[in-house]
Amino acid sequence: MSEATVNEVQSHEGITGLVDDWAADKQAYHVPWGKAMMWIFLVSDTFIFSCFLVGYLNVRMTTTEPWPPQSEIFALSFGGDPIPLILIAIMTFILITSSGTMALAVNMGYRKDKAKTFWLICATAAFGASFVGMQAFEWTKLIVDEGVRPWGNPFGAPQFGSVFFMVTGFHGLHVSAGVIYLLWVAFRVKRGYYDNKGFEIVEIAGLYWHFVDLVWVFIFAFFYLL
Amino acid sequence: MASAEGQQHPLGVYYKIWVLLFVLSAFSYSVDYFDVQGALRWTLVIIFMFLKAGFIVAIFMHAIWERMALVLTILGPPTVLLLLIAFMAVEGNYTEELRFDYMGHDRDAVALTPAELHGGEEEH
Repeated sequence: MSEATVNEVQSHEGITGLVDDWAADKQAYHVPWGKAMMWIFLVSDTFIFSCFLVGYLNVRMTTTEPWPPQSEIFALSFGGDPIPLILIAIMTFILITSSGTMALAVNMGYRKDKAKTFWLICATAAFGASFVGMQAFEWTKLIVDEGVRPWGNPFGAPQFGSVFFMVTGFHGLHVSAGVIYLLWVAFRVKRGYYDNKGFEIVEIAGLYWHFVDLVWVFIFAFFYLL
Repeated sequence: MASAEGQQHPLGVYYKIWVLLFVLSAFSYSVDYFDVQGALRWTLVIIFMFLKAGFIVAIFMHAIWERMALVLTILGPPTVLLLLIAFMAVEGNYTEELRFDYMGHDRDAVALTPAELHGGEEEH
């Protein structure tokens, strides 16, 4: 296809553009293939996390035993009275901070500012690693101090433990994988690997990272707050 | 057309959304901190959740600047999940009622708190 046709097709926006993009045998998504594939992966991942959360909904509705009080279980004391849910709140703020630094990294990548991109991605990875560290602390506290197990706990419905370990564990795995992925991209940026290829890879890695933050928004609301 | 040269936008947009996400998270947390309960709790938590999710997808993931073909591919399929949620809610409610009515489970059971379990040294 000639360059002129692509530009002509891309000139339409909205619904006309949608029809144009899907009309005839040609490329439907006018984005780098890596970005289209990352989006398709994220849509499939959305279904996996949704299955977990819908499973949690069903299990929590059907259990006749009372649901353990999350606010008090996840409370933490810094010498004084326990503050409800404080560790989870800090983890939420850390993940949002990392999302912000990632958004800036994507922007700096397109400006071809390699040093800033490198350091912003490293900062994002560092926030991600500290998130995983806090999660490890939280798991230890729940397992060792409170005696929560995947098959039971001293507070109420045994399903609490299985949902907790499954959902936060799978999310934590995503964060850990994300940290490794980000560091890999960061060092390739620094070495100049993308100088000729373009910096879309930073945006693609960013999509994954924002998705991890997005999943946490839902976990925070449904598992910890409601 | 943004997608041809990648997504480049003024930094100010990102800073504003960043601050907004912090504020919304703080609101979510204060719902728990100030112990808002009942229907108001559900309403507030779900509103803040959808606002946060919306801003992350729209601005940080650049969805509002993408072409509609890609946006519908991303947002279309997950809408069927609403059906799954509705089915599972109906089914879950039915199962729970059966357990109460025919299996002798206690409707008024109350969960224990960590304070009660650890000897009740703090008041609650």
